[in-house]
Amino acid sequence: MTAEALTSPYQSATALEVINLCKSFGALRVLDNISFQLQRGSFHALLGGNGAGKSTLVKCIMGYYHADEGSVLIGNHEREINNTRDAHQHGLGMVYQHFTLVPEMTVLENLVLSRSPIPKIINWQKEKQHLESLMAEMPFQIPLHKKASALAAGEKQKVEILKQLFLQPEILILDEPTSVLTPQEADEVLDMLKEWTRSKNLSVLIITHKFREVMNFADDVSILRRGKLTYSGPLAEKTPAMLAELMVGNEEIASTGARELAIKGDIRLDIHQLVASNDSGTVAVDGISLKLHGGEILGIAGVSGNGQSELVQVLSGQRSPDSGDIRVFGETYTASREEMARHKLYCLPEEPLRNACVPRMNLVENLALRIFDQPRYTRWRWFLNRQALKAHALKLIDRYHVRPPEPERWIETLSGGNVQRLVLAREISGEVDLLITANPCFGLDFAATAEIRRQLMEVRNRGVAVLLVSEDLDELLELSDRIAVIFEGQLRYEAPIAQANMDEIGLKMAGH
Amino acid sequence: MTETILGWWGVPLAILGGAIRASTPYLFVSLGECLTEKSGRTNLGQEGNLVLGAMTAYAVSYLSGSPWLGVFAAGCTGMLLGLLHAWVCQFKKVNDIAVGIALMLFGIGVAFFFGKPYIQPTAPHLPAIGFGNWSDIPQVRAALEINVLFLFGLLLAPLLSWVLSSTRWGLMLRTVGDSSDAADALGFSVNRVRMVATMIGGFLAGVGGAFLSLYYPGSWNEGLSSGQGLIAVALVVFARWDPMRCLYAALLFGGAGALGPALQSVGFSSGYYLFNAAPYVLTLILMIVTCSPQRTLAGVPGELSITK
Repeated sequence: MTAEALTSPYQSATALEVINLCKSFGALRVLDNISFQLQRGSFHALLGGNGAGKSTLVKCIMGYYHADEGSVLIGNHEREINNTRDAHQHGLGMVYQHFTLVPEMTVLENLVLSRSPIPKIINWQKEKQHLESLMAEMPFQIPLHKKASALAAGEKQKVEILKQLFLQPEILILDEPTSVLTPQEADEVLDMLKEWTRSKNLSVLIITHKFREVMNFADDVSILRRGKLTYSGPLAEKTPAMLAELMVGNEEIASTGARELAIKGDIRLDIHQLVASNDSGTVAVDGISLKLHGGEILGIAGVSGNGQSELVQVLSGQRSPDSGDIRVFGETYTASREEMARHKLYCLPEEPLRNACVPRMNLVENLALRIFDQPRYTRWRWFLNRQALKAHALKLIDRYHVRPPEPERWIETLSGGNVQRLVLAREISGEVDLLITANPCFGLDFAATAEIRRQLMEVRNRGVAVLLVSEDLDELLELSDRIAVIFEGQLRYEAPIAQANMDEIGLKMAGH
Repeated sequence: MTETILGWWGVPLAILGGAIRASTPYLFVSLGECLTEKSGRTNLGQEGNLVLGAMTAYAVSYLSGSPWLGVFAAGCTGMLLGLLHAWVCQFKKVNDIAVGIALMLFGIGVAFFFGKPYIQPTAPHLPAIGFGNWSDIPQVRAALEINVLFLFGLLLAPLLSWVLSSTRWGLMLRTVGDSSDAADALGFSVNRVRMVATMIGGFLAGVGGAFLSLYYPGSWNEGLSSGQGLIAVALVVFARWDPMRCLYAALLFGGAGALGPALQSVGFSSGYYLFNAAPYVLTLILMIVTCSPQRTLAGVPGELSITK
């Protein structure tokens, strides 16, 4: 390492260079002639919309995928990387978007597992002392004896990062590492990484789509749009608006739609001291009480794993509560099919393909799930009226722009955005009084996200009561009339959106 | 005369002896299955391994005159069936439960087919050590006459426990069984680890079979196992995939199996068949008690198809 490299990371050698990389999946060209450089000791952000090819690009670099054309240079030497082991040997480390911790093992075991090579016989006493001393240098502490499955999402992400840092890589690639962290936690982690690019000459390539993080931390930025590189170079003087344009081009983005002044309606959902347990039998929803009025969106913020899924599952009938009282329009509600139909309560849960669809039924059948037993869709009460169901499906597919518009297709062959649109069509196209929705835009691209949000706002303007559970703060701030924070199964904060304080919400999300 | 000295005390003693004697096949099959399931696969073929192992051990022991060679041969047939299971299961969309059932029927069928000539002759048995020789009471002597294989099993349980917790191989096995995503990210070969685990599991089940035909009850016939291999698979669930708890559970089931004969030995013979059904009833009760629709089991390997 030269003195020059230390003082001025910009003029130092490149840590990683990608030249003319191409990758196709079938006929689809996911990466088209990508070339860029990662400077040694720099913090480099990789931006792009959904499906732009960011994850594919880093997976090609890590040897997870084999590129069709092009080469990868590490420290100016061309390297053949065929699997993650090779990548580790060349000093590359990666933190994946999905957790790769072993849930039944403790943090200590998980960290030892990532050692390379793992010792044949493990001296736990020694490993523990070693890791404790390393942990002492970190800006955050994770209890080593805890099982990975018992960690909160933020803690898991930190362990993932620790796992890589203990291997002391020269280049660290991170795929959306902050998506499950509170803004404060994200800053903490990114601060540390940034510090290490300076003090330890670590080179960081980070995938994100949070402009705030890019503006605050990145030295350089590369932007992908539909598999093509639209910019790669210093961040200097780029504004978020310029970055956004490089990301999406001139595509038309639907605006969310205006929030109409609605009179606060009657109380439609009244939850009192609800308690529910998760799959392993521990309390996940710990005494939640809330009231939801017609014509408002109540947003519930929180880091995932704080009881949101269990709350939504209770309301949608997928889980029975331990205790507490749920009333819809003043009547006791037990989430039976009959009650849902009577109160016009609908649900757009997270991961709709898993939670609200039968993957191997076609679009007509999936669209019929709420209505197939209504007189107008049956013949002689006991038989399905396939014609009526199909006509209904075609109407919805057309109105909600589901692509491809083939009603006989299995729903699992549709893209995420189209599944979401189809379920949304099923749930909100009729008469609705109450809508429960969780992370409705998770994993969708710009255009689809804007479309879904517009629909939700439109539903609210119609006077529907909407409960919006989301991990995306921007989404909540954009849509909610009121916002609450859930932490460890309890509501910790509640305010009308006009009085909501971003910093306070972030702190409450982290349990402060 | 001793009968009168012991009286009803003979029952717990006989149960203890029976527990030690009858638990050995449970112990070996469940330890093997525990290992296989820890790697993320269920091998219901263990019942087939057990029966085929019993037949092979008896035949080899009869033909060669060495019971130990019989035990080894039984283990090898189990290993072969385990290899077959692992090989078929590595293909996409193959269900390990279905393959296990097929292999169970296959193993039993093969054993019956080749086992016909060995029902009559008598093969040399495995040796036992008389830990009760200090006593004059025949029941005590009988109860403490412990087979060498049981002692091996006794050592094997803590050994497996240690291997799983403190060796590279054990850590790899648990990773593969709990999250194949994590295993991929670490560069472990999921299929190879599972193959090895299933083969060792099959080997142990074969050895358990050898105990049946070469020690207790000590002969080869077609009704020898009567589902002990399947009970042992259920026992792994009850033991929460922990080898030491497999040992205790095996003793419990062995004891339950000895209840009928023990009561009969003191002259209490009404409901004999009912008491003989104790292990099955126990299995059913444990399954009902330990299962709940509201929560998942603690300690269950995440990759097991029954939990997905």
